[in-house]
Amino acid sequence: MSASPSALALPLAMAVAAGLVGCFAVMRRMTLAGDALSHVALPGIGLAVALRLNPVLGGVAALFAGTVLVWAIEHKTRVPTEAVIGVVFSAALAVGSMLASGEELIEALFGAPRAPGALETLLGLGVAVLVVGFVLRARSRLVIALVSPDLARTAGVDVPRLDLLYLLAFALTVALGLRYLGVLLMGSLIIIPAATARHLTRSLDAMLAVAVGLAVAATLLGTLGAPTLHLPSGPLVIAVAAGFFLVGLLIRRGA
Amino acid sequence: MRNALEVEHLAVRFGTTAILRDLSIAVPEGGTLAIIGPNGSGKTVFFRALIGSVPYEGSIRWAPGTRIGYVPQKLDLERELPVTGLDFLHARAAVARMGRAEAQRTMDLVSLGRDVAAQPIGTLSGGQFQRLLLAFALMGRPTVLLCDEPTAGVDEPGGEGLHAMIHRLQRDERLTLLLISHELSLVYRYATSVLCLARGRAACAGPPLEILTPERLQEVYGAPMRFHLHDERLA
Repeated sequence: MSASPSALALPLAMAVAAGLVGCFAVMRRMTLAGDALSHVALPGIGLAVALRLNPVLGGVAALFAGTVLVWAIEHKTRVPTEAVIGVVFSAALAVGSMLASGEELIEALFGAPRAPGALETLLGLGVAVLVVGFVLRARSRLVIALVSPDLARTAGVDVPRLDLLYLLAFALTVALGLRYLGVLLMGSLIIIPAATARHLTRSLDAMLAVAVGLAVAATLLGTLGAPTLHLPSGPLVIAVAAGFFLVGLLIRRGA
Repeated sequence: MRNALEVEHLAVRFGTTAILRDLSIAVPEGGTLAIIGPNGSGKTVFFRALIGSVPYEGSIRWAPGTRIGYVPQKLDLERELPVTGLDFLHARAAVARMGRAEAQRTMDLVSLGRDVAAQPIGTLSGGQFQRLLLAFALMGRPTVLLCDEPTAGVDEPGGEGLHAMIHRLQRDERLTLLLISHELSLVYRYATSVLCLARGRAACAGPPLEILTPERLQEVYGAPMRFHLHDERLA
């Protein structure tokens, strides 16, 4: 893939959204649930391929269904969410693997370094703007709700609605990375930079800024370094992000 | 005097377990209701029903124009959470579309220094965190303050100071106060009425002089309770 500015626009927008959404996922202690949520796209992709539809659309539809399911389980039942998420999403991965096969499956899981079309780029940029705008606008409400949902309620925040919107923003962010990083790796780009930022920072603004910076840096380095190293870009992006995490741990130990 | 709150036949159940049963109480405006009772008697659930966090049966009526400030029991926070006290108060100001000066006003009210508020909230001491929660509650310019064991996890002199602060605020800001507390001597000193909960029922309710007797307390707690009386009420 050539690294022209227009080809980089979508991956970079994806990285900014992932860094911001990830901060709240990490602070809400939904690291594992969030990662598993991204797997739910797979059966949608498999089904779309079987029906000869756009695989990204299939993935997005499945993500929406999965998100609403998680939200409903959290707010309408007393079943422990973690357990249900573990079962439902592992099952989604299994069903998805049966529906897709061979090359398609590898692409869906790990992404493909194919340049997206003009329409897909525009749509992707629009979704990224939507996600970033939501997180920045809702950050105060999200912070209060993660410290205490009861306090959020007394401050006039509609907590169930906020949770649903946040989960949808999370799902949209996963969708942004489906083509480029794939189902398995996109969850990691959301979680790893934010987890690194949490170790390194002591205030909210600092965490958001560091997480976005790390996600963008990992995406740039992975994308630009892949051709030289003869490696696929998606896994390299995540390897770089994981490298930052390890360096972050060392910096903190040294501090 | 108008009532700030009227509760009638309140019941809360989690699944098949009844947590609160047939609870009725009224709190006059400007009054201080202390809620006492052993652990598991439903005190915190009562507050959560009052703020609308748990579904309930029966009726809860607040006076028109009521704004509630809530100070919850010690929260379970990670030490590493990169959210400072200032982040937290500024978030509250943003939600209410108030300026950041409002955060400073409430920090002054509870004597919380800016250097302390600039620390991550997971690293604050028990007393500092309670004052932060109190500042947060005061930011909505409440007319009613609900405090759930505000001195739990705070040392004794700190606890007395916190209680004195809450009551000074109540007087200055003309608040109605609902207070869950195990500290019977403080309840005796400050409350205008006392509600005792035992196994989800109102075991007794009335002025502190009538309620805080050794016999009544033994009934409520199932064991002898000792506390000292501050004699200024009797004088």
